[in-house]
Amino acid sequence: MKYVSLVLISHSYEIVSGLKKLLSQVQPDVPIAIAGGAEGGIGTNALDIQTAIESVYSEKGVVVLFDLGSALINAEMALEMLEPHENIKIADAPLVEGAYAAVVEAGLGSSLSEVVRASESAKELVKIHR
Amino acid sequence: MLWDVEQAKKWIKRLNDKIQENKAYLTELDQAIGDGDHGLNMARGLQEAASKIANSHYDDLGSLFKDVGMTLIAKVGGASGPLYGTAFMKASLVLKDRKEADRNAFVAAFSAALDGLKMRGKAQVGDKTMIDVWDPVIAWMKSHETIRANELVDLSKEKMEDTKELEAKKGRAAYLGRRSVGHLDPGAVSSYLLFASLAESFEKGESAP
Repeated sequence: MKYVSLVLISHSYEIVSGLKKLLSQVQPDVPIAIAGGAEGGIGTNALDIQTAIESVYSEKGVVVLFDLGSALINAEMALEMLEPHENIKIADAPLVEGAYAAVVEAGLGSSLSEVVRASESAKELVKIHR
Repeated sequence: MLWDVEQAKKWIKRLNDKIQENKAYLTELDQAIGDGDHGLNMARGLQEAASKIANSHYDDLGSLFKDVGMTLIAKVGGASGPLYGTAFMKASLVLKDRKEADRNAFVAAFSAALDGLKMRGKAQVGDKTMIDVWDPVIAWMKSHETIRANELVDLSKEKMEDTKELEAKKGRAAYLGRRSVGHLDPGAVSSYLLFASLAESFEKGESAP
């Protein structure tokens, strides 16, 4: 696989479903999987996250992005349930801006650590210059 | 005195009863300082776990705990699914191949469950979470040779009520900061229900192993 893959996690299926559409328009070649909602409603589920990671996993690596608190707890749990992999990383980044930065970086063929760094740098992003 | 598979089954059945009875109450508490899904999530997960173990045969406590843990991970959304799920999974490792638990194994299992909760949730005592019930209850278990049902209920109730005055440091409630003071933590309340029903599983309401 040429590109680092992305996994997007949200409490809402619609949020990650829409975000994936947005990102695919930017970089159609970067593999993206989503895990959104739980039991047909709002929430996150470790088993769904595990499945999403497996569906886009490659040696090149996977960056996982999430929205709010318990999504992180479930993402960490999913990683523990998978075979131990050095090349799956959870990014500490805002979901939309972080995923946008990540897909641009991944689309350049960058390494896992570069994609993680790009997504985490979205925390510093100034959106309005006053 | 020993705590066996039948008592563990009784515990989960009673816990499910209590969660169903308090579903609206837990939701109301969570709507005040969280995202309002705790009652619904716990009711769904415990119902599933209770039916699963009622219809299964277990040769050891470990496999019963593992089934409960996996069901909670799969069926309870939010933070409480992976938290309670991890607690049961960690305890299941201690109880593996044990038909019954003596006092030491019982305490070791609940101690491992607490370690799992801390590892998964990264919360400390005082953060206004389920840890504020679990930590003192496990410390009390460790320091008492005889684990009496009434003392377990009283202690977990008292610690649950103490969360009212704390300021939330974890979860969605942390976004409220000072405004979380004056509300009970929903996870502490469901943890109290867990220990209250555990107490009911002790034979004749006296003491555990």
